[in-house]
Amino acid sequence: MKRIVILGAGSGGTMLARHLFKKLPHESYKLTLVDPEPRHFYQPGFLFLPFGQIAPEECYRPKTDFIPKGIQLKVDRAVHIDPELQKITLDSGQFLLYDILVIATGTHIAPEETAGMLGTGWRKDVFDFYSFDGALALRDKLSQWPGGKLVVHITETPIKCPVAPLEFAFLADAFLEEKGIRDRSSITYVTPLSGAFTKPRAANKLGHLLEEKDIHIVTDFAIREVDNVNKKIISYDEIEVEYDLLVTVPTNLGDAVISDSGLGDDFGFLRVNKHSLQHEQYPNIFSLGDATNVPTSKAGSVAHFQSELLSANIIRYLMGLPVQLDFDGHANCFVETGHGKALLIDFNYETEPVEGTFPLAHIGPLSLLAESRLNHMGKLAFHWIYFHLLLEGHSIPFVSPQMNKGGKKLEPTPT
Amino acid sequence: MEKSIAGETIDVNTEGYLTQTNQWNEKIAEAIAQQEQIGPLTDKHWEVLQYLRQQQAKGTALSIRGIGKSGVVDIQTFYALFPNGPLKKASKIAGIPKPASCI
Repeated sequence: MKRIVILGAGSGGTMLARHLFKKLPHESYKLTLVDPEPRHFYQPGFLFLPFGQIAPEECYRPKTDFIPKGIQLKVDRAVHIDPELQKITLDSGQFLLYDILVIATGTHIAPEETAGMLGTGWRKDVFDFYSFDGALALRDKLSQWPGGKLVVHITETPIKCPVAPLEFAFLADAFLEEKGIRDRSSITYVTPLSGAFTKPRAANKLGHLLEEKDIHIVTDFAIREVDNVNKKIISYDEIEVEYDLLVTVPTNLGDAVISDSGLGDDFGFLRVNKHSLQHEQYPNIFSLGDATNVPTSKAGSVAHFQSELLSANIIRYLMGLPVQLDFDGHANCFVETGHGKALLIDFNYETEPVEGTFPLAHIGPLSLLAESRLNHMGKLAFHWIYFHLLLEGHSIPFVSPQMNKGGKKLEPTPT
Repeated sequence: MEKSIAGETIDVNTEGYLTQTNQWNEKIAEAIAQQEQIGPLTDKHWEVLQYLRQQQAKGTALSIRGIGKSGVVDIQTFYALFPNGPLKKASKIAGIPKPASCI
């Protein structure tokens, strides 16, 4: 009996487990999922929760709903991995031995990494929306907020769902307008990068959105501290931005088990080959989703595409065949722009988001890198698709794990 | 697109960042630094540039806080060496991609 242990039963871990469960003979393989959290969160919901556009109870379901009998689920936390002995130590003191280990522990916010972020203002006028509790606390704050200086801030990259802070700013603009307090509020978007849009085509096509929505932008801002008393954030080069309400995306880190076991990069993300998702040093360790250091977006769509390819690679490895280098960094994300519209982007390691049609070349019906109501409907429908199709390991019709170049306007590069 | 710099032809993107990190050499770095009004490049500059190239080759995402924790340079000195957006400027001179988002 071969033992396959998957640490993390979020999007990536659950989808991979279901693929493997479908493909492997049950009498020869034992699949175990380990996760300390019994709820499966629909994380795209955290963007809508602060604005009251989704109910808290729609944001999660029990993990057991998505894990077939025959896959063992341990509600426990992995605290150490010994890759030589192929042994995992759990928080409860138990040990698990593995033949194949998959690390799918995701990423979490680490506000403690920034001076003052967890100070007296935390969850009074300093909020995050990358955790369920944070998004819920922010909903309560926003429902009472009289307006003022709203600052949407990214601490440093990489972060999960890199477009979410921008979407938050767009949705906040619409929310404040609908409440009739937009005119006495300002929205400032503060980023450590050189712009809200850093890819040439997106900058060219979408740069106007910020101006249209009267969202101010502060770029190249590397935060040194949050000054809770004077309500401002201060950068290392002494730039100050005042806020009445700070919505920040704190530093994102990988799970402590990765760094505590000496397997991660500086942020605690697992070092794997970006095409095979196999650990460079220990070939029986694999990873997917937000937990890896691969240079594509940390997004559910990425975990979905990876789960299909990685399950095939794990099976090849078990059969003694070489793994295939077939993951191309494919990501596919809706970007809410407010007032019932959204964009759709589809890209990979080599191809930045471009205009075009999706998923069918020249037909669509969805449009890439352009605002439309249909894209927004797509994002709303995704809630159902996620729980009913994706987590069960089904594909989305016409959408392949590798990016399709058909229907994309790839040339020329804007200058 | 191609660009001629320090007597060599290199591939750069529209913002002047090298698209092939292996085309980089010290003369190219010095020429880009001059264009960016940084330098002359000191030993400390070179130490930082080499560190960034090594980290990039390992696939590690770069951040100012991470560089501050690296032991190579403290954040204040990093700003003094590469003023006005030190990470994007140092990346350009080091011949590695600009820190970017997905869009």
